[in-house]
Amino acid sequence: MSFILRRLGFYVVAAWVALTVNFFLPRLVPGNAVEAIMAKFPGTLQPAAYHAIEAMLGIGHPGSLWHQYGSYLNDVLHLNFGISSSNFPAHVSTLLAQTIPWTLALVGTATVIAFFLGTLLGILAGWRHGGWLERLLPALMFLQAIPYFFLALLLLYLLAVNTHVFPAGQGYGGGLVPGWDWSFISSAMFHSLLPAFTIVITSVAGWMLQMRNVMITTIGEDYVLAAQAKGLPNRRVIFSYAARNALLPQLQGFGLALGFVVSGAIVMEIVFSYPGIGLLLLNSVTSDDYPLTQAIFLVITFAVLLANLIVDLVIVAVDPRARTREAA
Amino acid sequence: MTTALPINVELPTLPGAPARQLGRWGRLPLKAKAGVILLGFFVLAAIIGPLVAPYAPGYQNPNPALSMNAPSAAHLLGTTQSGQDVLSQVLSGIRLTLELALLVGVIATALSVIVGVAAAFLGGIWDDLLSLLINVFLVIPALPLLIVLLGYLPHTGQTATILVLAGLGWPWGARVIRAQTLSIRNRDFIAASRESGERGWRIIAFEIVPNEVSLIAANFVNTVLYAIGASVALAFIGVTNLSSWSLGTILYWAESQQALQLGAWWWFVPPGLAVALIGTSLVLLNTGIDELGNPRLKDANQRARVNGRRLLPTDPTPVLNAALPTRQRTPVVAFMHSFSRSAYVSDRAQRRLSAPKPSEGQQ
Amino acid sequence: MTTDLGGPVPLPAGQAGQGRLAGEPVLSIRDLSVVYRTVTGDVRAVDKVSLDLTAGEIVGLVGESGSGKSTLAYGATRLLRAPAVITGGSVHYQGRRMDTPIDVLQLTSHQLAGLRWQEIAIVFQSAMNALNPVMNVHSQLTDVIRAHLRLPRGEATEKAAGLLDMVGIPRARLRSYPHELSGGMRQRIMIAMALATDPEVVIMDEPTTALDVVVQREILGQILELKERLGFAVLFITHDLSLLLELADRIAVMYAGQLMEIGTATEIHHEPAHPYTKRLLRSFPALHGPRKELAGIPGTPPDLHSPPPGCPFLPRCTEGTDACSHIDVRLARVTSSADPEHMTACPFVLPDRPEAATSGSGSPVSVRPSTEELTS
Repeated sequence: MSFILRRLGFYVVAAWVALTVNFFLPRLVPGNAVEAIMAKFPGTLQPAAYHAIEAMLGIGHPGSLWHQYGSYLNDVLHLNFGISSSNFPAHVSTLLAQTIPWTLALVGTATVIAFFLGTLLGILAGWRHGGWLERLLPALMFLQAIPYFFLALLLLYLLAVNTHVFPAGQGYGGGLVPGWDWSFISSAMFHSLLPAFTIVITSVAGWMLQMRNVMITTIGEDYVLAAQAKGLPNRRVIFSYAARNALLPQLQGFGLALGFVVSGAIVMEIVFSYPGIGLLLLNSVTSDDYPLTQAIFLVITFAVLLANLIVDLVIVAVDPRARTREAA
Repeated sequence: MTTALPINVELPTLPGAPARQLGRWGRLPLKAKAGVILLGFFVLAAIIGPLVAPYAPGYQNPNPALSMNAPSAAHLLGTTQSGQDVLSQVLSGIRLTLELALLVGVIATALSVIVGVAAAFLGGIWDDLLSLLINVFLVIPALPLLIVLLGYLPHTGQTATILVLAGLGWPWGARVIRAQTLSIRNRDFIAASRESGERGWRIIAFEIVPNEVSLIAANFVNTVLYAIGASVALAFIGVTNLSSWSLGTILYWAESQQALQLGAWWWFVPPGLAVALIGTSLVLLNTGIDELGNPRLKDANQRARVNGRRLLPTDPTPVLNAALPTRQRTPVVAFMHSFSRSAYVSDRAQRRLSAPKPSEGQQ
Repeated sequence: MTTDLGGPVPLPAGQAGQGRLAGEPVLSIRDLSVVYRTVTGDVRAVDKVSLDLTAGEIVGLVGESGSGKSTLAYGATRLLRAPAVITGGSVHYQGRRMDTPIDVLQLTSHQLAGLRWQEIAIVFQSAMNALNPVMNVHSQLTDVIRAHLRLPRGEATEKAAGLLDMVGIPRARLRSYPHELSGGMRQRIMIAMALATDPEVVIMDEPTTALDVVVQREILGQILELKERLGFAVLFITHDLSLLLELADRIAVMYAGQLMEIGTATEIHHEPAHPYTKRLLRSFPALHGPRKELAGIPGTPPDLHSPPPGCPFLPRCTEGTDACSHIDVRLARVTSSADPEHMTACPFVLPDRPEAATSGSGSPVSVRPSTEELTS
């Protein structure tokens, strides 16, 4: 229990660092931050937009830096991220609320599926070392090295643009209105197949390679030999003795890699014009929409931190030693 | 515990047995060799590429007929929307991307070694603080933070990108090196050095770091991988400077000019493929280094075959004079298997053995 | 205990016959050779070693690291992993109720699974490494009970609790994990686990090497007491000869993969018949008796890639001559010994040395009849 509390404390610290970086960054830019930002917008901007940026930077509030910091934190806690300058006058939080569910559904599901599939394949590859799975290794390494969005481009080109097997992008069919009816949901699911497929293919390779290596090392341990000596059925030796122990470093690796997987998937959404955070990010970067960009950064960071906490919980559930071990 | 005898591969050969004197290159695992060769090809392309490129990457051929052309004799990789030669762009891009990635790798690895060793060596409150710093920057996702950081910089040229990437790329290596240094630090030969009065930094430089070379090498390769991936992604989103021709920038323009929808595969496939192949060569290299360092991974490759038959770790120790037990196969699978190479090999191996004694109770 | 193994395939059970006769060995290893196939050639880890184990006796197997003692034991149960290959010999096992012995080397993996643990169990050296860190004691005890004895869950738990009682560990420890236990407790749990299915043979691979001497004594006492009670035979592997002199009935000395000497503990102690055994005896202090100077054995074991011809101990032997490099190393009976089964591989120490040992002729000399003709 203390382990979980310590991890929670760590994540709170990390979240605080992210928030503070967000707060101080515009102030570190030499010169008046607001002026510098405004200078990026050619032509005139409505005074309301000016105020929006001031509010985001906390400059609009009178008072010392500390006071601004405090009100900034207060804003974040109330999920008030300011007003988007590119989609003025929409609130950033509204924009986020529209796009987060899409990304969560796609990236969340695909990542978990990829992890389970990759781990299972890795267990088999580690046990049946030298089998036909080994010959796939170079191909798997190639898949692991491909940027997510490039594979998306390839797959789209091959399967959607040329052959029309899959839809060429978007979150759902044109003309449909989002709602909880079956035609919309089925269309949404169909449109998410190719993006999900892309994520799964690229990340399965990584998980499988990692699990295979860990399994090979674990199979060399004494307790696996002891399990064999006990005359236990092979299934039990491989899964309860070898795989269960190999799972621990694999889960830790999962936690570490989550940031990269999520980032890659979000960029991949751009290729599909998928109505998730990725597209929002592209637009906000291209139009220098600072409130939105910073808010997206915070949201992604918090999501990854939360996912890491969940992974820690799983590790504690699986590894009896973690309950007494100190935080890394 | 299978007490494996110290099998030292460096021994002279048996009299009469074919000599297998492998040089240092020959003893590298196949994966590492493939990785080095592939990487070497791209390094070569980076060095001489822009010199042999037929056109300047940004040169826009004003002839409208040459816009968005498929590969032809004049343009080996086709042209872009504005008549630029894709091949020249890709060659220039390889050089830029590799330059950037290598520089980031060097800086970040140096930083991670310094921080990692310092944290392990200083111990106490310093170690706690540095570890916290490392862990925080490990857990915060890199790409969004990079986007935010680069967004606020007044100009985002190559130098700025390198520095920012390096600034976020060192924590991973620092953590690994710190862990390794901690375990080495507690070993006896370090205590012996200390007792004999060696000064701290000398111990670090001459005793500890040499023991971590393969770790540092793997760390360097991983950092380069990260740098390539991150820089390409950043360029693709349009965060970094769009006036320099890196591989990611080419992809940005391809995407924004709808190359995909217009079917201009020659525009986005070559740069993406280049990124993927460079990445693959690095992963191969890394796996090779892994196998060098982890004897179990290497041994597993060698152990897997005895008498032409692949053995699972849960199979019992094979007995040479007994007839090799066949796996239980359904008739169809057995028929198909009889055509495979492994069936042929094991038949040959069986015939090559001395005539087996009549075995009792087999199967 | 019947030979109806709960495992996948039962071993041949005794018919209307009487089962194993008195005096017949439980485990009979004959001329076993194990080789490790590496890229640079074969390493002869075990070279034609023969060893018998009768019911209820403790046989000690002693030797330096790399002498092949563990390889012999694991090879006999076919637990060695690639690149190990068994290149010759036979291993016959005959349980209490079995009429005829079975050859372990000819079994399929299903039959082997039935044989393992239920008939031949192993206590590993380092209990911390040999126990699964993520399973608690209860699971590790009951999975082997349920795999072999096919008991329902409740009875299996009860039996596991009974096993803990037998080795003197509180029942509450069933729910503990290995890292929560002390070294001595872990080793006792390993022993309890080994006895879970009432085996005939227990192979103990340096079970006390990783423990301090006080705990060592407790564990050894426990082993002896359990052996008296349950009647299993023990193959005790160790590098500590002094331990075996107290514990074992018979002792086998291995060097460079070959058996150098085998005999009763008393004979080995007082009338060692091999220079290596003599040097081993001199290398640890005795608790009683006059102080004597400790002498190690300078030099290192030979490289098993290309073992030199003749006696492997020759380079380090103070009594060897040139002729020793020409002999065919085989075990032969020590006729002067009180133990009729006392055998040695050294022709030197035997009073009736043949002239061939001093002739210095280059021809390999088979000094005496082979082991098969001599035993039983």
